[in-house]
This record gives sequence, structure tokens and C-alpha cells, in this order.
Amino acid sequence: MEFLLIKFVLVVIVFAVSLGIAAYSTYAERKIAAFLQDRVGPDRAGPFGLLQPLADGVKMFMKEEIIPSNADRLLFILGPCIMMMTACMTGVVIPWGHGLEINGTFYPVQITDINIGILYVFGVVSIGVYGIMIGGWASNNKYSLMGAIRASSQMISYELAMGMAVIALIMTTGTLSVREMVEQQHGIHWNVFTQPLGVILFIVCAFAECNRTPFDLPECETELVGGYHTEYSSMKLGFYLFAEYINMFISSAIIASLYFGGYNFPFIDQLGLSPNMLSIVGTLIFFGKIFFFIFFFMWIRWTIPRFRYDQLMHLGWRTMIPLGILNILGTGIYVLYKNGQLHF
Amino acid sequence: MQLTNRSKVVVNKEMTFAEKIYLPAILSGLLITIKHLFRKKATVKYPEQTRPVAPVYRGWHVLKRDEQGRENCTACGLCAVACPAEAITMTAAERKKGEEHLYREEKYAAVYEINMLRCIYCGLCEEACPKEAIFLTDRMVPSDMVRTNFIFGKDKLVEGTEADKRIDVSLRAKAHRHQ
Repeated sequence: MEFLLIKFVLVVIVFAVSLGIAAYSTYAERKIAAFLQDRVGPDRAGPFGLLQPLADGVKMFMKEEIIPSNADRLLFILGPCIMMMTACMTGVVIPWGHGLEINGTFYPVQITDINIGILYVFGVVSIGVYGIMIGGWASNNKYSLMGAIRASSQMISYELAMGMAVIALIMTTGTLSVREMVEQQHGIHWNVFTQPLGVILFIVCAFAECNRTPFDLPECETELVGGYHTEYSSMKLGFYLFAEYINMFISSAIIASLYFGGYNFPFIDQLGLSPNMLSIVGTLIFFGKIFFFIFFFMWIRWTIPRFRYDQLMHLGWRTMIPLGILNILGTGIYVLYKNGQLHF
Repeated sequence: MQLTNRSKVVVNKEMTFAEKIYLPAILSGLLITIKHLFRKKATVKYPEQTRPVAPVYRGWHVLKRDEQGRENCTACGLCAVACPAEAITMTAAERKKGEEHLYREEKYAAVYEINMLRCIYCGLCEEACPKEAIFLTDRMVPSDMVRTNFIFGKDKLVEGTEADKRIDVSLRAKAHRHQ
């Protein structure tokens, strides 16, 4: 009973935090966009414009909700629901902190530590493609459909390369559980140092998975109107846009925990703090890393122009996947050599 | 025939390895954008802040009072005649006994209206005025949703009598006298 209660509280906290961070990511995106272009950004709603996400939310809710008469009603509503649900589901396996010891019992700050955690993330993320595809299909609009096809083919293509990058990581860590992967990176033994090529592959693929610039092809005013959400309005559109920001938050968390040590930080043992204190500091540092990657996502967005669609596919299939295979090969040799099984 | 030296010969050369992997180019791009994060912002937060305007800037008109707070305008109608946009209309009235502290001369404008949507801010009214009563100032005309609100009457044109409500046109008057 107590177990359920704690998990329930954790679920609610993680859910609320991801929604809150996603909401303020929209604000951060606009602010950072403005700062990088020598502007000020939204500053009218509340102090420094801090109430802007609230105002945007109210606006989204108040807008007229239009379902096209030729659209498939059920699927049209299902699309954004799937998108939102899968976006919120991925946060479950991420270890947000080492854990707290209260009255002799250890409570890990993670909703569930399944032994195939990283596979679970991939599984859930690939269901997210259905959200886009169903939404585009149900709109009964050629632009929506083409946008959806673009989005899903892009996501499926880059999921392959992402999987390749993660396979190499699994080879060095020997586990699929995200928690164990993070625990192995104690101190400064981060995976980024053993998998430098893997990091680059993973980050680039994460950008493509989140439909962020330079891979934001699904939305394309000149060719496709609004892409897969052309026909969407009101909060259904809001769900699509919001899910994108949650995905960005979760990808940042995954990048940080797989490659950049998660809640570990250098000189973790030399600080001389109690384990509970260390766990709290670790969680804060983990969030610092996540915020850096969210900033990095936005920073990239306002730096690089987008790819053309054929270039995107070219990069995905003819550069990223061969590089991924090469990385697996190199990692295999490295692992064998390290274990002393390689004899020249 | 070559007109300038700015033309460039286009070469379709193979990209080098460093160019092909994009990463160095992306890195230098990121450095450029991050530098802008710390630059001074170009934004002027109107209406709290306004940009300084030239002394000859022609904006929202003012109907001046003299030192004793009496309206200068005598409703002679020269501004209305001079106005190329026909934006100015007025109704003259005779000054009554006991109103000497309000109006400088025996005749005054009971109604003085400028249609700010017709006005082209040319400043000819100011040039035509023999009493130094009308001036164009550096104040910008605020936006509005209704057309009728742009017909500015005396309530919006005549300056206040209090010292802090006076509108300084000394620069403008000086620039005007030198013409």
C-alpha cells in the first residue's frame, strides 16, 4: 500500500514537472530566440513575461474547436491524445536521482526501474509516430497527409540510427536498465568519453526524433501549410505543440542520463555530504544538465537552417546508419580488447 | 562589359572532409549566435520608452497658451486655409466679460478640431499661424480602434495651464523661425 502511494506521488510529481517544464520551454524558446536575435522577447504578461505560457494556454483553450466535416472524428481526436500520452509515458524509466533513505528504507527517485528501460523508451517513442500519422490521415487533407508521411518517415529513419548508437552504448555498459547505466557513470566516468561518436549520432537523431530544426521538415509553410496539424485547432493543436516540448524535455533527460552521467557529477565522493544530501544535489545537477540540453536544442534551432527533404533522408540513411554500424564495430573491438579476449 | 568588381565566379568544387561532416561549420555558427545572447538589445520598449526624435519632427499638434495661461488662438482660420489635407475645422466665438484670463484676444476658437487621419503632418498650419498658437510636437499620435476617436478636439490639443502640463516647443519654434 505504501509502495503504491509513493509511486503514485512520484508519478504525479514527474507528470507535473514535465508539463511545467514543457510549458516554460515555450517561454524559454521565445526568449532565447529573441536574445539570439538581439531582441527582448515576450515581456508583457507578468514580470519578465513569466505568465506568457499561462496566457498562451488560455488562448489555446478559448479558441474555436473545428473538426473538419470530412475528417474521421474518432481518429482525429485520437491523434493528439496518442501524441500527448506517449510523450508523458517516457518519463517513467528515467532515474531523476539516486534515492532517499528515510527511516532505514531506501526510496529511489524513479518511478520504475525495468530491466529493459531503454527498449521501453524506444517502444513508446515509436508509438508517438502513430499520433502524427493518425492525425495527418484523419484530417482528410492532402497537406496534412503529406506532412504526416514526412514526419513519420523521418522519425522511423532516424530511429534506426538512434538504435545503432544505443546498441554500441549497451555493448560497453552491458545493461538495458537506465538506472544501472547511470550508476556506472559514477563521478566523471561518463559514457560521453567512451562513446564520442555515439553521442553525436544520438544527439543528431534526438533532434530528428523531436522534429526540431534542422530537421523540422514536417512543418513547412511554403510546401505543406502547417504539416500534419494543418486542420487542427484549439487545444488539440496545443497538445501536438505541447507534446513536442515534452519530447524535447524527455530527450534532454535521456541524453543527459545515457551519456552525460545523469545525476552523477565530478568529485561526488570528495564533498563529504550525507547520501541523502548528495542525492538531492545530484537531482539538481541532473536538472541543470537537462536545462542545458533544452537550451542546446533551442540554440541549434536559431543557428542552423533546415535541411532539404532529400538531404535529410540522405543524411539519415547514407551517413548516420553507416556511422552507427561503424561505431558498433569499433565498440565491439574495444570491448573485446578491454576484456582481454582479443589476441593479435 | 564589367561594371563593378563585386561579381564572383561561381565554383562548384567538391566539399572538403571538414565541410562534409558539417560539425566545424555548426560549431562556428553556434559561437556566432551565442555572442548575440550577450549583445545589447535593439528593442525600444514603446510606449514606456521612446526613441529621441529630431527637433524638426512633426507629430501631435499642440495649441499653445501664453505665459499667463491664455489661449493664443484667435480662430482666424489661416491654418484651416493653409491645410492641404483639409483636416482642420473650427468655430469662432467672441470673448465674454470675465473670460480675459482664458483667451488672449477678443475672439477665440470655441471648437477646434483636427482630423488626425486626414492630417499629413506637413506643418503648414504652423507656418500659417500669425499668433504662434499651433505647433507640431515630438509626441506621437496613439493608435485607436475607432475612427471617430482620431478627430482631436481642444481637449486633446490645448496644453494645460499648470507648469508641468505645458508642452515645450522652444526647439521647434526656433527651428521654425530660422526657416
